[in-house]
Amino acid sequence: MPISTKKSSIADATSPEAGEEICVPVRSDNDLVNARHEGRRLAESLGFSSSETTLVATAISELARNIVNYALRGEIVLRRVDRHARRGITVIARDEGPGIANVKLAMQEGYSTSGGLGLGLPGVRRIMDEFEIETEPGRGTTVTVSKWRQ
Amino acid sequence: MKELDEKDLLRELVAHLRQNRTELREDWARRITDAKLLTAMSREEIFAEATSVYNKYVEALETGTLEMLHAYARNLSERIIPRGVETHEVLGIVLLLRDVLARSLFAKYQGDFKLLNRVLDAYEPAANRVANAVAVGFVQERERIIREQQQSIRELSTPVLQVRERLLILPIIGVIDSQRARQLTEQLLRAIRANRARVVVIDITGVAAVDSSVANHLVQTVEASQLLGAAVIVTGLSPEIAQTLVRIGVNLGKVRTVGDLQGGLEEAERVLGYKVVPIAEASKPA
Amino acid sequence: MAVPILKQSPYLIATIQSALSDADLLSLRDSLTEQVGRFRSRGVIVDVTALDVLDSFASRTLRDISYMVRLRGAETVIVGIQPEVAFAMVQLGVTLKDVATALDLEEGLAYLDKKKLNSGRD
Repeated sequence: MPISTKKSSIADATSPEAGEEICVPVRSDNDLVNARHEGRRLAESLGFSSSETTLVATAISELARNIVNYALRGEIVLRRVDRHARRGITVIARDEGPGIANVKLAMQEGYSTSGGLGLGLPGVRRIMDEFEIETEPGRGTTVTVSKWRQ
Repeated sequence: MKELDEKDLLRELVAHLRQNRTELREDWARRITDAKLLTAMSREEIFAEATSVYNKYVEALETGTLEMLHAYARNLSERIIPRGVETHEVLGIVLLLRDVLARSLFAKYQGDFKLLNRVLDAYEPAANRVANAVAVGFVQERERIIREQQQSIRELSTPVLQVRERLLILPIIGVIDSQRARQLTEQLLRAIRANRARVVVIDITGVAAVDSSVANHLVQTVEASQLLGAAVIVTGLSPEIAQTLVRIGVNLGKVRTVGDLQGGLEEAERVLGYKVVPIAEASKPA
Repeated sequence: MAVPILKQSPYLIATIQSALSDADLLSLRDSLTEQVGRFRSRGVIVDVTALDVLDSFASRTLRDISYMVRLRGAETVIVGIQPEVAFAMVQLGVTLKDVATALDLEEGLAYLDKKKLNSGRD
């Protein structure tokens, strides 16, 4: 599946400009691999440590899988952000799926609907520095997370 | 005369500042010395810096983009901080430059009061943006350096010791916050891999306070070490701490806990298959 | 991409590459279970050295592999979890409790050898 970027091409090895976006459509299993890979690439190019990069890729994996499992399709948007001269990465996981009926419950540890580990959202929140979720049953879900470079 | 708009005016005054750069730079360097700023640098050094800073200042005035300003401020900080320059000095020289240039504009446009006002209307906001960016940039650069130094201090203060082949000890001393816990864990995991450790003894005798957050960090460190195949022994758990752990529902599971470090080391050696005997006994025939 | 499984009697060694899809992992689970039965292996090593992310799904599947292989009478060891990956796992809250882990292939083999010895069979 083609991946679109707003300003530079994926092959561009230089560090992206602030605000530049990479959008990864998520529809199937293989897109998870893409999303993790793109997230890792962006985080590395922004100078995140190896540990931090792995955390970002892990969060992306969890969020993207939720899209595939529950919404069937959506997208992962990766963005470089700068705040007070600190660099960070923002990941937006967006879908138009069924939405989450009870967010509070979903954010509780150990909560699960499909017999697995649930949506893994509490874990994602622990891994990232900022976490925001917007969801409406029947309309879809958008999870926005960010991590700042130490 | 054609009415110049603000952009044109800015362009014109930037051209003027470029044209007269030699004389304005000297004026500025002189004022810096008179104001007893940058005392850590010699006159020659000041002059050399002044050239580069002046040119970049004018460029920043001209383009005025946030990115350019931040780059300018960062560049300035990087060159100057290592020389032991204080914040007030950095801001001081930038404000002096602003004033030197302003006076030069006064001199040029003094014949036409209305035009002078419009020139200043174009110049002042631009100059203030630069000064602001430099001040903020300097502070942020300082903060970044402090963070780095704190990181180094943390690293220095948490040695992972290899006591024996395949056995590591991590004595934790002091206060554990999330950042320190994270850094400790990363260091320990790297050491486990580098030393191919089979057993890790984590001694928390010296930990200042064990509340639920510290306990959670400890559990995470233990679990991560186990993922790398290491057996973990936690020592230095006082009865009070043990109670805290039970109370907050922390289950150390597979982790052996021993009262003191000595006991922990003996246990570790047992796990590794060593048996420590007095020399006399060891040399006795079987 | 299928995960290569090496038969090193009496064990099976599966070496995972970094770009591992969910389907690849499930297919590995099925292959290992089938091969353990077919070759009567005593142990399975899953080498995840090249895996750069071990999330909740991967951890669940590794646990499944361990359970299913045990049902066929063999032991599983996961080896090669990288420090950053281990760190991310505990932060995320996924565990491999009840699944044996070892530092690397050498340690994994030593573990299986010891288990075999202790089990007192052949």
